[in-house]
Amino acid sequence: MKKILLSVFTIAAFVVYAIHQKNEEASVKVVASQNLSSSPTPVATDTPAQSAQSAGGVPPTDIPTEIPTATPVQSGMYKNGTYTGSAADAFYGNIQVQIQISGGKISEVQFLQYPSDRGTSVEINSQAMPYLKQEAIQAQKAQVDIVSGATQSSLAFRQSLQSALDKAKS
Amino acid sequence: MKQTKIIMGMPITIEIVDRNATPDDLTEIFDYFFRVDKKFSPFKKNSEVSRINNHMVSITEVSPEMRQILDMCDKTKKETQGYFDPYHNGKFDPSGIVKGWSIKNASEKLKEKGYKNFYIEAGGDIQVFGKNQKGEKWRVGIRNPFNKKEVIKVIFLTDGGVATSGEYERGEHIYNPHSKTIQKEIVSITVVSSNILNADRFATAAFVMGNKGITFLEKQKNLEGYMINSKGVATFTSGFERFNK
Repeated sequence: MKKILLSVFTIAAFVVYAIHQKNEEASVKVVASQNLSSSPTPVATDTPAQSAQSAGGVPPTDIPTEIPTATPVQSGMYKNGTYTGSAADAFYGNIQVQIQISGGKISEVQFLQYPSDRGTSVEINSQAMPYLKQEAIQAQKAQVDIVSGATQSSLAFRQSLQSALDKAKS
Repeated sequence: MKQTKIIMGMPITIEIVDRNATPDDLTEIFDYFFRVDKKFSPFKKNSEVSRINNHMVSITEVSPEMRQILDMCDKTKKETQGYFDPYHNGKFDPSGIVKGWSIKNASEKLKEKGYKNFYIEAGGDIQVFGKNQKGEKWRVGIRNPFNKKEVIKVIFLTDGGVATSGEYERGEHIYNPHSKTIQKEIVSITVVSSNILNADRFATAAFVMGNKGITFLEKQKNLEGYMINSKGVATFTSGFERFNK
């Protein structure tokens, strides 16, 4: 009899414990799902509203309609004036040119930007090459008979020049 | 006597200091450059280079001059561990050697005519002989790769060739055949040699090597180099300073 009572008590204790655990898990789950569901909802409702606003605020539909009307291209002729090209990346810095058009032709090309801000980052690496010497380059005033150098035809130069020419057309 | 003409898509200047210089001799040298352009231009449909590329002529039956160039290309490729490569995308383009080679040949023609003091410059590559107008060494400036209006170094030469390879020049020639990339470490390398052909072919290869280019030049006999990196720092070979005056 005592054995039956003991076993019944143990089973009951298990059942109570199991029910308690289930309730606790359930309550935890509820709390968790409440936390999760409560935070995304305001964000989810905010984003569409914001994107809808920005789509309406900055009218992208106006840009394509403006471009065709603004470029009634004048049969390849460039208008006289001064035009500045966009800055183009030349690996080691930017190149930006300004052109002058007179008589429908380029009369002058000027460099507004070229990579020259190098004073701060001069690294002399004498350890790796002990027999080689180094110096920071500096413009020379002395007169010369001939100049050795590569001709200006880099991609960056052409890109900046092209954008300046495009402006001269419109 | 000094004259400039646009040939091979670049300005070519000849100055003869010797008083007995004649316009006919200058014209003869310019005509030589026109013939070189006709034969070796990859842009001219009927040039021998184009005919090789279009398989209209076999590599075994080329002209003697083309044979010289082909041999020189092979030699240079070996000497530069493959960094000099006249083949780009399967097309043969020996421009990296033809310029120096033609300046060297033109200089020899002037020497045969008895001239002692002159220079020939084609697209920034130079061969000088003797002295300048003032009777002094020729003063050759190295252009600032960051600003074409500036000269950042002056070298003094009597007999010698100077070639510069750089970012601004011949965009399609500067890619590394080993890594199939374009190096961004250095922006210009100038090579001085007793003759322009050697200066030119090693400048092209040394530039492609990037930072290693100047070490490569240091190891070569009779070649000096002045390399400018993307930060505006120049590294030069141990013998370069002898051109400082």
